[in-house]
Amino acid sequence: MNINPNTEKPIFIQISEQLEDSIFTGVYPEETKIPSTNEISALLNINPHTVLKGMNLLVDEEIIYKKRGLGMFVKEGAVEKIRRKRQGQFYNQFIASLIAEAKKLEMTKNEIISLIERGYEDERDPD
Amino acid sequence: MNGIQIKHVTKQFQEITALEDVSFNFEYGRIYGFLGRNGAGKSTLINIIANRIFADSGEVLVDGVPSRENMKVHEKIFCMSEADLYDKDLRIRDHFKWIGRFYESFDLEKAYDIAEKFGLDTNKKFKALSKGYQSIFKLTAALALNVPYVIFDEPVLGLDANHRELFYELLLRDYENNERTIIIATHLIEEVANIIEEVVLIDKGKVLLQDNVASLLEMGYSVSGLAEKVDEYCAGKNIIGCDELGNLKIAYLLGEKTPLPSGSGLTFSTMNLQKLFVKLTEKGDC
Repeated sequence: MNINPNTEKPIFIQISEQLEDSIFTGVYPEETKIPSTNEISALLNINPHTVLKGMNLLVDEEIIYKKRGLGMFVKEGAVEKIRRKRQGQFYNQFIASLIAEAKKLEMTKNEIISLIERGYEDERDPD
Repeated sequence: MNGIQIKHVTKQFQEITALEDVSFNFEYGRIYGFLGRNGAGKSTLINIIANRIFADSGEVLVDGVPSRENMKVHEKIFCMSEADLYDKDLRIRDHFKWIGRFYESFDLEKAYDIAEKFGLDTNKKFKALSKGYQSIFKLTAALALNVPYVIFDEPVLGLDANHRELFYELLLRDYENNERTIIIATHLIEEVANIIEEVVLIDKGKVLLQDNVASLLEMGYSVSGLAEKVDEYCAGKNIIGCDELGNLKIAYLLGEKTPLPSGSGLTFSTMNLQKLFVKLTEKGDC
């Protein structure tokens, strides 16, 4: 995990996003324990209340849950939940800003579509 | 446990008013950053809280009990300070022994454990230690004491980067297992920005600001662009400082952000705690 103190994003949100990303990429599989607030706090030199605030965002989204006396665990179905959430955000996060920038650069819709097609072709055939 | 209350404390040193009618509280169970420029009055107040000097007027209450010359309060507070109040000819292990006699809650085993982590040689005499290791010895003593209120006055002076990180790590590990009030007075603001939860900012003997770090960072921002557009945007807002670069003006503001007027070409930036501190305490003209 890497926290950047010089961005607009509050630290607790960065912690929640990075934990979520680690869960999504399988670093912390479903039904396993994630690091405690204590461990994260000491490792990153961040106030434990801030870490807890970040974790609570994931508890609210039902991505992790608390096992009494044992710590925080990844909920069953968390990966699918994160995937659906991110798909829902895809338009706002990528498409809307792509179109705004394209308009600024006076690029047409067809040009953008052909660039997207090229992107997929390059991926199939990296050279 | 209801914290430390500072009530109308005033302290004068001959012609200089070090503290002028200072009142605020340190709540129990939080980590505070106690910030201020050189000569702002930080150490004076810390020394009053720790009972090393007395206020001319006003009082300090610890858990509701006046702290002045009170042994019950003495058992609750430990202050690690910059000043060396330790016998220079005594070995570190003997210092540990004596601290244990003065404080019931001193955990000797923990002290040796921490000393080992820092590589502090406990057979050495205090005067034989380097500046950095003298600080480390004082930190070790403070970390090994289970008192509800710990004050660190410039804790990392002379420590290398590895030892500073180790100190913050030990401090946070300890805090998680053992809730208490930690007050850190330091000039290295960015190093503690994510560790502290609350800030008390003191300037010229008065409390300038007391707030939660997160809400303070949300309120502080800068806006930059063409000078007249910046001035237009800033009208009626709480401006805490300005920088100018030819036609470009950067204004530093504290308060609610209003949306930027469209087509103004202005941009927002965030301010970190250190920048906020500098702007609040330098009082430049705009």
